[in-house]
Amino acid sequence: MKLYDFLSENKTAIVSTWFNEILATYPSDTSNFLKNKKDRFANPVGQTIFAGMEGLLTQIIAGLKTGEVLNKAEIDLLLDGIVRIRAIQDFKPSEAVGFISGLKNIVSNQVKDAKKSASVPSEGELMELGRLLDDLLLRAFDIYMGCREKIYELKANEARNLTFRLLRQANLINESRMSAPCFLNFKNIDKERKEVAK
Amino acid sequence: MAKFTAKPKDLINIDYTTPKTEWMDTPTEIREHMFCHATKAKDLETVEFPNIHEWRPQDEDWKLPANWEQTILQGMQDLLKKYRSFQLFMDICVRCGACADKCHFFIGSGDPKNMPVLRAELMRSVYRGNFTLAGKILKKLAGARKLTPAVIKEWWYYFYQCTECRRCSVFCPYGIDTAEVTMMARELLNLLGLQLGWIGGPVANCYMKGNHLGLEPHTIKSSVEFFLDDIKEITGITIEPTFNRKGAEILFVTPSGDLFANPGTYTAMGYLMLFHELGLDYTWSTYASEGGNFGFFTSNEMAKRLNSKIYAEAKRLGVKWILGGECGHMWRVIHQYMDTWQGPADFLQEPVSPITGTKFENAKATKMVHIAEFTADLIKNNKLKLDKSRNDHLVVTYHDSCNTARGMGMLEEPRYIINNVCNHFHEMPEDTIKEKTFCCGSGTGLNASENMELRMRGGLPRANAVKFVKEKHGVNMLANVCAIDRATLSASVDYWVPGTAVCGTHELVANALVMKGEKERTLDIRLEPLPGKEASE
Repeated sequence: MKLYDFLSENKTAIVSTWFNEILATYPSDTSNFLKNKKDRFANPVGQTIFAGMEGLLTQIIAGLKTGEVLNKAEIDLLLDGIVRIRAIQDFKPSEAVGFISGLKNIVSNQVKDAKKSASVPSEGELMELGRLLDDLLLRAFDIYMGCREKIYELKANEARNLTFRLLRQANLINESRMSAPCFLNFKNIDKERKEVAK
Repeated sequence: MAKFTAKPKDLINIDYTTPKTEWMDTPTEIREHMFCHATKAKDLETVEFPNIHEWRPQDEDWKLPANWEQTILQGMQDLLKKYRSFQLFMDICVRCGACADKCHFFIGSGDPKNMPVLRAELMRSVYRGNFTLAGKILKKLAGARKLTPAVIKEWWYYFYQCTECRRCSVFCPYGIDTAEVTMMARELLNLLGLQLGWIGGPVANCYMKGNHLGLEPHTIKSSVEFFLDDIKEITGITIEPTFNRKGAEILFVTPSGDLFANPGTYTAMGYLMLFHELGLDYTWSTYASEGGNFGFFTSNEMAKRLNSKIYAEAKRLGVKWILGGECGHMWRVIHQYMDTWQGPADFLQEPVSPITGTKFENAKATKMVHIAEFTADLIKNNKLKLDKSRNDHLVVTYHDSCNTARGMGMLEEPRYIINNVCNHFHEMPEDTIKEKTFCCGSGTGLNASENMELRMRGGLPRANAVKFVKEKHGVNMLANVCAIDRATLSASVDYWVPGTAVCGTHELVANALVMKGEKERTLDIRLEPLPGKEASE
């Protein structure tokens, strides 16, 4: 049996196990809520993660089937949904993106279980899946870093805005110096930029 | 260098199991990016708060005063005696869990101690252990525990992860207002000198200078003049507002944040343009120069002290009534507390719009009208000439501020205004708006920068709904009527829904407002080209 057929046939079970594994990284009181609340607005974390995992597996199956490279834009979007959330929760970087590696074990366990009764994908195909997931893991880490950098950027911007305000209150800033890049968020700066552009 | 011993197969075998301990046995870890810095001693001295000392949340020793335990228990006893609601909220919760998954911080963080029921339980357990017979005898069996320094840290950590938004109370079958439990906890922590810098600083500024930013009269005036230059460039119209003018009919009070921080400044420009167009007999005040009230996040007494300047200034200037700008918690204070604290305001008149003659009966007690009510009435009576197409570049959704929605029940007026000044408006899903609105995630003095991770967690449920309307309808502007929303949602949507901007409702009004004698408008309030006018720029 080809790997994509195997994954298609067992998709529900694989996604369910994968989802349960990520839920186990949350306290038990929380994981019940994340699993059982189906409303995407009442439970954005659980629903985004589930939809992301399901989508990722769909993309992987499609990629294996056609033999073409994965749709990177779509993959990044799905990974972003999950990683952006875990990047601001109580997780170490490895824990935030580690769910990708988890899929390797889940699939190989499923294959082991199925071996007794049916034909299963070859070792070579499983290794190919491993390589593919390694690639996803690296992409997920890039996204994670982007999220963390964004957090620091937001912090830096707010701190800078505050300092600027204080300096201006103390009349320590000359209006003509306000077009420095660090002050671009401020009132009338947009206007100044336009005048400079003209 | 440490020897790296893990084998590849170990690396992919991540242990996903979490410790299965009850909440009382799960110690609290004070984590970076989740808390605000401690306040400076000098700010607490300014307002004579008790037990002033230097400390840092990340330190092991918080240098609590010697009698800290007695201070807290006595303080708790005083509050129980003073507020029957507090006593009730300590006693009647049956832990049904209806509130558990309604908190934006729980939804975004997954931390069970952010479930409103459990957050309140952090305090109830101490209440039971010290104030109830069952708790004293049965101890942990009755859900009671001892007060320890670790409990104080836990309180501090989690009661500053609550924005007092009151969404949980909407779902409580007993009507328990968990926000009030947070207020009590913060009041108690304040007794130990454990105040946040982001709250203590603005409170001291407001007490000394009249506003959170500590702006002095000449700075307030120059800030407004700054806006007037822009308005002149956009409309060709010269506006001359007055400050501290005795005998004006109306005193205008708004949050000071709108005088300095974008995008709030555009909302302030909107006020100036609207009032000018109406020829309103009003004045700004450089004394009552703050509508917001960070004292509300420290203690009832402090909130009352800071609030008193509004009526004092109205009396001094001899105005007839007060008009208030777009703000959130300012309106909770005005609507629910001001009359009790400072009333009756019998030196003022029941507000009547001088333009439409509408009597604002809802403001009969406080004599203070929300600008959204005022403007909605103007539009309803056809008193404004509006060109909606000037907002055609915007696809707008509206975020209900917790305090105006749940705290004063103002749901329709801002929507009515937006629908009359914009052609493209789309609501977010039903369970995320109006009474059930999700908090911005940064209210009640949590809008600092050092706790950005916390803010992103709390902001997720709101941003998630914004993302939905962005994907479905192309929404690119998140309108609101709250200064803290304007300041903090900008960061939240930048993280969760990039490409979405944030604005006050009166910025949209200002764009659409056709003013007498204005030049042909080519720029919007942000000095960006209006739709179809790009070429003329």
